[in-house]
Amino acid sequence: MASFVQKRPIGLKLTIYIFAGLWLLMAAFPFFWTVWGSFKVELDFFSIADWTYALTGDRTRAEYGSAFTGAGYEGAWVQEEFWRNVINTFIICFFVVCTSLTIGTLGAYALSRSSYRYTFFLLITALIFRAMPPITLVTGYMLPFFEWNLWGRLSTTIIVLVAINQPFTLWMLHSFFQSIPKELDESAKVDGCSQFQAFWNVIIPVMWPGVITTGLFSFLLAYNDFIVTAMLLSEENRTMVPQIAAFLGTTYTEGNVMFAVASVVSAMVPVFILVMLFQRQIVSGLTAGAVKG
Amino acid sequence: MRHSTFFWFFLPTAAAMILFIALPIVSVVFQSIYAPHPAVLVEVETCTPLVGCTTETAVDQDATRQLRESQPLGRFVGLDIFLDRGHLATGEMGEAWVDTDSWGAFFNRLSNLPFYRAMGFTLTFIIFVTPFVILLGLLIALAVNALHQSLRGLAIFFSLLPFVVTPIIGGLVLYWMIDSRGILGKAIQWLVADPDLSLKASTGLMWIALIVWGIWHAAPFAFVIFYAGLQTLPKDQIEAAQIDGATRFQQVRYVIVPHLLPLITFVTLIQLMDNFKVFEPIIAFQAAAHAQSLSYFIYNDLQGETRQLSSAASTSVLTILGVAILLSPVLVRTWRDFKGKM
Repeated sequence: MASFVQKRPIGLKLTIYIFAGLWLLMAAFPFFWTVWGSFKVELDFFSIADWTYALTGDRTRAEYGSAFTGAGYEGAWVQEEFWRNVINTFIICFFVVCTSLTIGTLGAYALSRSSYRYTFFLLITALIFRAMPPITLVTGYMLPFFEWNLWGRLSTTIIVLVAINQPFTLWMLHSFFQSIPKELDESAKVDGCSQFQAFWNVIIPVMWPGVITTGLFSFLLAYNDFIVTAMLLSEENRTMVPQIAAFLGTTYTEGNVMFAVASVVSAMVPVFILVMLFQRQIVSGLTAGAVKG
Repeated sequence: MRHSTFFWFFLPTAAAMILFIALPIVSVVFQSIYAPHPAVLVEVETCTPLVGCTTETAVDQDATRQLRESQPLGRFVGLDIFLDRGHLATGEMGEAWVDTDSWGAFFNRLSNLPFYRAMGFTLTFIIFVTPFVILLGLLIALAVNALHQSLRGLAIFFSLLPFVVTPIIGGLVLYWMIDSRGILGKAIQWLVADPDLSLKASTGLMWIALIVWGIWHAAPFAFVIFYAGLQTLPKDQIEAAQIDGATRFQQVRYVIVPHLLPLITFVTLIQLMDNFKVFEPIIAFQAAAHAQSLSYFIYNDLQGETRQLSSAASTSVLTILGVAILLSPVLVRTWRDFKGKM
């Protein structure tokens, strides 16, 4: 294997490692900087007087007696009741993932097992729908939702998020279903299963990796959404992300930027944990769409 | 699978997409050609002894309600909203065309119109972000692929973060660093020796910052796709190239890039669609004074006490047309491929 041609000269090797190192620094450093800075006071987090204060925590020590403080977190979670938004976020994400997967697996299974022409058109339509900027759809919701008094509720937002993400879910699940041989459900049907029984008892048990990966992406899409949740939820039903955006408006004027910083870090944590636990699934999910082209 | 079985399996997802994607598009089209009824005004003459008579204009509540009930869609205005100053501004464009004698001056006048400004930023964003994302993603994929086996997992973990973390949060995290009070902002001020340099004060800098955010956010996506593609690269092709004496650059240019070409097309397509929707960084960077995208333009209309639904709907229709134009080459090609397969 290791023929002399394949060995990289030391200069090239060094360049590669430096480049990779620089990229990783670019990708990760801002997050760690913000996590570190969220335990400081505003004067330390921003380099207003002297940037080294961010490291030494001079102002924080002057104000709280130690180099780290949880004041930002206390302000966000207790004073501004950020925990309400956290609960709303998790309610929305839970129901979006469950509904998306239920109707998505049924639809994608049908698409992957039918050999008629219309499956192609349905997939292309889904692709066109995926390209629609969500804000254009939100414009269409406003009037009817106000009229029928659906605006502001968690349930409305859940259904809207499921529908908007359905094209993506369909494409991803479709490519996973394609990789499961059709002979499997045919033999199940020969054994006397109905199509639904074949789907439920034979295909879904071997589809778990695909279902988990797609579920992960539905979760992230719902969790990361700003446009739909910001436009369709009333103030008391707000999720984390629009609440952070609302903090920006109010806290800059009140000098409580650290509340926003603390809530940003709080909202980052679940994503970090997910990436850590499910790195392999995320990578396979991203590539699943690409393999099909 | 029989048609009827297919129908029942596909019904729930189809219902969701028709109700919440297809119908809203129809609703947007209707809202863009109908404007809400103005209140019906009546002139009431009140005469008081000694003072005399005054005429007042008042809202005729009954008539207004009656009008709204008889035509619930609103007043038909046709393409008026599309052509007004806030959108296509045909009148202003015509004037600018007559008044100005050079292309530069004409485009300058055009850039004062809000819709064209938003479109200008959106297109600039697409044009700069898409190629850089592909280039950077490719370089990172090649570099990570060359790292020692034990480092790759860690490298992928850190690389994924900018893409997976909520766009607004990623935007804020960057913004707090490159803001004039942030650590990077201060460093740049020190480097160019200009203590007044600030993102908030300069349109050019703001555009650059938003584009940098776009590249930073999407490069991991391109990287992951290309990295997966590199794993399927046939060893014998590279070896054959090496035996033929290809340099490293030639190996990348003539073996690796052609192998990744379908993936590059895929990433380009996704990037075009996603960059057209660019919205979140403008909120995070509070950049609306310097840069508005089409999505932000609509969001702005929908915000606040006076929701300008008709205006938002018109911009939405124009945006959807933009998406259609953007996607049409891809759709035509897919259709040809499909016909070829039949």
